[in-house]
Amino acid sequence: MNPRTLYDKIWDEHLVATRTDGTSLIYIDRHLVHEVTSPQAFEGLREAGRPLRRPNTILSVADHNVPTIDREKGIDDETCRLQVEALEANVKAYGVPYLPLLDDCQGIVHVVGPEQGFTLPGTTIVCGDSHTSTHGAFGALAFGIGTSEVEHVMATQTLPQRKSRNLRVRFEGRLPRGLGAKDLALALIGHIGTAGGTGHVMEFTGPAVRALSMEGRMTLCNMSIEGGARSGLVAPDETTFTYLHGRPLAPKRAMWEAALAHWRTLASDENAAFDTEITLEVGSLAPQVTWGTSPQWVTDIAGRVPDPETAASTDDRQSMLRALEYMDLRPGTPIEAIELQAVFIGSCTNGRIEDLREAAAVARGRKVAQGVRALVVAGSGLVKRQAEAEGLDRIFLEAGFEWRQPGCSMCLGMNDDRLAEGVRCASTSNRNFEGRQGRGSRTHLVSPGMAAAAAVTGHFTDVRRLMEA
Amino acid sequence: MEPFTTLTGIAAPLLRANIDTDLIIPKQFLKTLVRSGLGQHLFHEVRYDSEGRERPDFILNQAPYRGASILLAGPNFGCGSSREHAPWALKDFGIRAILAPSFADIFYTNCFSNGLLPVALSMAAIETLATVEGPLTVDLPVQRVRGGDHSFAFDLEPARKAVLLEGLDEIRRTEANLADIAAYETRRRKEAPWVEIRVH
Repeated sequence: MNPRTLYDKIWDEHLVATRTDGTSLIYIDRHLVHEVTSPQAFEGLREAGRPLRRPNTILSVADHNVPTIDREKGIDDETCRLQVEALEANVKAYGVPYLPLLDDCQGIVHVVGPEQGFTLPGTTIVCGDSHTSTHGAFGALAFGIGTSEVEHVMATQTLPQRKSRNLRVRFEGRLPRGLGAKDLALALIGHIGTAGGTGHVMEFTGPAVRALSMEGRMTLCNMSIEGGARSGLVAPDETTFTYLHGRPLAPKRAMWEAALAHWRTLASDENAAFDTEITLEVGSLAPQVTWGTSPQWVTDIAGRVPDPETAASTDDRQSMLRALEYMDLRPGTPIEAIELQAVFIGSCTNGRIEDLREAAAVARGRKVAQGVRALVVAGSGLVKRQAEAEGLDRIFLEAGFEWRQPGCSMCLGMNDDRLAEGVRCASTSNRNFEGRQGRGSRTHLVSPGMAAAAAVTGHFTDVRRLMEA
Repeated sequence: MEPFTTLTGIAAPLLRANIDTDLIIPKQFLKTLVRSGLGQHLFHEVRYDSEGRERPDFILNQAPYRGASILLAGPNFGCGSSREHAPWALKDFGIRAILAPSFADIFYTNCFSNGLLPVALSMAAIETLATVEGPLTVDLPVQRVRGGDHSFAFDLEPARKAVLLEGLDEIRRTEANLADIAAYETRRRKEAPWVEIRVH
């Protein structure tokens, strides 16, 4: 057999049929469902009188529009409440496993799936959410889909697909202390652009990726979509297996051993051909900060807001001018001179325990700067509980951060956690699009450590300086 | 689904790059339980001011573009969130075809699920079409866009074309493969039994 990439292997293993029109029918092992992109899919099934083929392959949870404060009192916003109630009625009617809002295990789908052991190497995972790429950290082929496809998977357990191209990203060298997966992701997107990965599945390789924890690999794969790739992949290794062992839904005993034997084969063959190759040397990378309204507009903490006059084309210049106007930034401004009014630590990108530890290490013994509102939103109830057991909540609260209940929160502001017009925010989330965190709000994407550093100094600061202090 | 064959209509130029799905339909309108009624909120944050009044400088607030059925846009249209609310909003407004140099993958697929045609043309062709006075014609059977004295051919995968031309229901198509799916499940249970889950 020809040498194959990891993506090729998972694809081949899930090929149900090749149809006469050239499309492939791919089997879907796992399906994550949340309240925002599922109601119309359930409705479609109902109208067509179709059954849901395999309810037990689904894990459902409300995360996008749930309140992160006083949740016990119910949901005030009527439209949000109706959507969560619709999910609860649908999962009940179709017998779909559901993590209730007040359950300790509730949280963001892409945090909950891995921590429950629902996410396994070599499986195919979909969800009506673009950040489904997160699960690729385990060597699973995971991608976001639309609601019509959600309905398709519910009805048939498959999706018609076209095979993507293989893209390999090699991160060479060792990340400097104080930098993490978020910096890798932003640096990559800065390099290839937000459409750089379109039509590809990205496999992340190299020593800097091997050195990442599962949390870090999830952050990296999570951001694949911001580089245009529907999926990111990291081949599973001992780090993966150690993380998974003993998780509630992970295989047990003899089944675990059988799974492990297969999972060890899930790596790209040595001579496998990639359509595109990118190599980045990361040994001298500095903490990354976005300055525009697209994740590709990024520089490092020592950098300055660029001058649109230096843009490669007229179109680029127009885009940059528009972004700088929206962001209210002047060319040449040092990144360190940019002052913040808000800080958000959380999301499916950076709402895991390691992220909160990284931020807490900076916040410890310091105070949130005057005029800054800082929010910490754990990615799940289990992350929140773990953080509280480690005393991180006290560190944040004593420093003046708010300590919230789990959900997507201010990453997209579907609940009440929104920024007011003109407010500038250092955010550990994934998108700095116009209006993403609230109409007229200004988002700068950074790592959890950099967000905490911005919170306690009131402007962007190299987190490494606070670590040395 | 309503088939797509040939469309003649007003084309609204919105020639920005990287028009993301948050811009097409912002978060506050994702709380709906139905697919219809989103057209009034299409491009909400740039189409209306903070008091909810129309911004006269926005293209879709100007005649004749209020009645546009074609959108001309920059590269990487539909990037970001997977929300199918984006094509739902475009369609509900009356847009049936989007002409841009490139599209984000998830959005591209979502268009075909809703009878919308995304047409990939060079930026030069888009800019030329934006100067045409009067309507454009998007002719799917022959894969051409015509306007004024201009005519541009476009590529489209035959399977995608068939879905639009015939208004095919993808789930019904896949149901023709139900025996293949059942056979796959039997084989997979044997070969990879650890994938089976018992959710508690």
